[in-house]
Amino acid sequence: MEVYLDNSATTKVTEKVRDKMIQVLYEDYGNPSSKHIMGMKAEQYMKEAADIIASTLKVDSKELIFTSGGTEANNLALIGTALANKRRGRHIITTRIEHPSVHQPLIYLEQLGYEISFIPVDKSGKIIKEKLYELVKEETLLVSIMYVNNEIGAVQDIPEIIRELRQRKKDILIHIDGVQAFGKYRIHPKREGIDLFTFSGHKIHGPKGSGVLYVSDKVKLNPMVFGGGHQRGRRSGTENVPAIAGIGQAVSELYEDFDHKINKMYELKQTFLREVSRLEDVTVNGLVAECTDDFDMEQLKKTAPHIMSVSFQGVKSEVFLHALEDRGIYVSSGSACSSHHPQPSVTLTAIGLPKDLMDATLRFSMSDKTTMEEIQYTLANIKELLPILRRYTRK
Amino acid sequence: MFKAFLIKYAEIGLKGNNRYLFENALRDRMKDALKPLGDYNVSKEQGRIFVECPDEYDYDETIDALKKVFGISSICPVVVIESSEWDALTKGVGDYVEAMYPDRHFTFKVEAKRADKKYPYTSPEICSHMGAYLLRRFGELKVDVHQPEVRITVEVRSKAYVYSIVIPGLGGMPVGTNGKAMLLLSGGIDSPVAGYMISKRGVSMAATYFHAPPYTSERAKQKVVDLAKKIAKYTGQIKLFVVNFTDIQLYIYDKCPHDELTIIMRRYMMKIAEKLAEQEECLGLVTGESIGQVASQTLHSLAATNEVCTLPVYRPLIALDKNEIVDIAQRIDTFETSIQPFEDCCTIFVAKHPVTKPNRKTIRHSEKNLEEKIEDMIETALSTVETIVVE
Repeated sequence: MEVYLDNSATTKVTEKVRDKMIQVLYEDYGNPSSKHIMGMKAEQYMKEAADIIASTLKVDSKELIFTSGGTEANNLALIGTALANKRRGRHIITTRIEHPSVHQPLIYLEQLGYEISFIPVDKSGKIIKEKLYELVKEETLLVSIMYVNNEIGAVQDIPEIIRELRQRKKDILIHIDGVQAFGKYRIHPKREGIDLFTFSGHKIHGPKGSGVLYVSDKVKLNPMVFGGGHQRGRRSGTENVPAIAGIGQAVSELYEDFDHKINKMYELKQTFLREVSRLEDVTVNGLVAECTDDFDMEQLKKTAPHIMSVSFQGVKSEVFLHALEDRGIYVSSGSACSSHHPQPSVTLTAIGLPKDLMDATLRFSMSDKTTMEEIQYTLANIKELLPILRRYTRK
Repeated sequence: MFKAFLIKYAEIGLKGNNRYLFENALRDRMKDALKPLGDYNVSKEQGRIFVECPDEYDYDETIDALKKVFGISSICPVVVIESSEWDALTKGVGDYVEAMYPDRHFTFKVEAKRADKKYPYTSPEICSHMGAYLLRRFGELKVDVHQPEVRITVEVRSKAYVYSIVIPGLGGMPVGTNGKAMLLLSGGIDSPVAGYMISKRGVSMAATYFHAPPYTSERAKQKVVDLAKKIAKYTGQIKLFVVNFTDIQLYIYDKCPHDELTIIMRRYMMKIAEKLAEQEECLGLVTGESIGQVASQTLHSLAATNEVCTLPVYRPLIALDKNEIVDIAQRIDTFETSIQPFEDCCTIFVAKHPVTKPNRKTIRHSEKNLEEKIEDMIETALSTVETIVVE
């Protein structure tokens, strides 16, 4: 049996996405900038994708920029707005659990003279909101917060946070990294007061190399890629039409049977966590304290439906990962165990996970295609392998 | 301007009646090396190997390929003069100098070699007459017979050859002239270098890698395959044996004192490698060990691992320092691959305080605990070995 539980790393494209992309790669392969019919056809695919995404997000298609993925979209959102609005202020607030594609551009901006503040999180991975609100000042230009954390599935109370931030500073810019959230939550950036919103194609059954940045028409943004002035001058370079068509198709399928899909994932999550937490010396990460006893559904729904982070004391995550791989189960390790990669996981450090558990943490991430049978198979293998692997430890 | 290369070899020249075997091997290794680049003609003639290039060929690529062939002492890009008749010869050499050196303000010397002993001039006569001709034709040239800036060599056979560039080759002996050995290849820096060094003396390589899933990953294995590919550029085809070692490792872990684990493990690695070596008709084992580098490579430890096999164990790095090994690894382009961090997950098998001076008697005594199952486990490991042919 093959069980793919690494959907937060990447997902398989849907059949319709595949078919559409092949059509664009092989039949309608024109350059959208070309004046002839081939170019026009290619342009149609882009328009179609932009329209689908715009109507899904309930924004204007002119407010969308197609990028090479989540990383580029986050870079453009942060550096692009910071550079375009430096006169409004040079203070940016973010969290301690951001993805490197947010963290690193901010470190770069810090080197350029911007002031960056990092908000801590509690044990469940939720930001300490009071700290955030305290930090807002006259020079604060931008706040960047990830909706769903990629390592432990913690979800931030984005609507509440935005409301509170706007009360303190009306024109503060808000960037939300929605890479792990989009497709799991109905997100309408404009209505929720989000100014910049990032998502990625390959986390939602679209292709790798595709991403979108929503930029509210009120926000000034400097381009980072210069050239022929594509995408209204905000991102030059011949558009990756197959990927754009692919991400459009993937988005169009997102909300089909949505509530059912999400509820099913929560049920699987509940089953998995209930079973796995019964094993000896196992810790589930990213949950609020009230949740860890019986995994009450109401509490569980405060976390993302698809991500489960579990620490197995005394088993190196990479060894466990390969042992599961041998049984056809694909997961990812919370943190690299290798001595050549000494950086421990950012999120696991921020939630205060003890050092010995850091190297013993696995992430299981589902998609809406994950079945109960797959979860049971995974549980059975975990139960079987855990005692064997625990027997062999370094002395 | 060059359409051919003259290849010189040093040590082969010394091998009495076997000489042709060495020459044939060198010619064949060169053919192997050049084959991916195009249709080269490689032929043997009188103490030289001659490479004729196809019409479309890349000079640098050709030199790079030849620089990876053991047994070549130097590579000379050469111009062929179709007739060795004197007027044609002088004109040919003059044209070579003209094309090769647009600025001819340098000192030179002509060196001549005459394979055709019926040629009307002796070698010293060819040198002086040719020197005089070149001085007449190019006024800027000056002769310096002691320390010339350019040595122009003319070889007179049925045709004549002229060259003035001599590119050093790798030296050593052509692979395949000195039997075959079994390399214990890990993913580290040392073992690929050891394989390269032994192969330099004409030895063909087979290799054994001990894989311990899930403690070592598929990527760690792929890294070893990649390393084998890198050294195969020098050694020629390598048959890589991947032994699944997990059960044996766990068995040792269960039955033996933890601080002796690495030594005992290595003893079994040697035993298994030796069995594969015999099966492959290898005449020795090759390891990347270097005295004192780690606990398992002290003299005591080496003595303990050495005693389990009867085939000679060649350890070309034995007295090299790590930085010297790294230098070679960088030169042969294995370093970057070796330092990819994939194999660390089997560190659980390394004791925090391993013995550095193992007593062989104690080790043998500890191994008695393995008697019940170990032979069967070795059999299983050998019967499930995966073979990957790397070129």
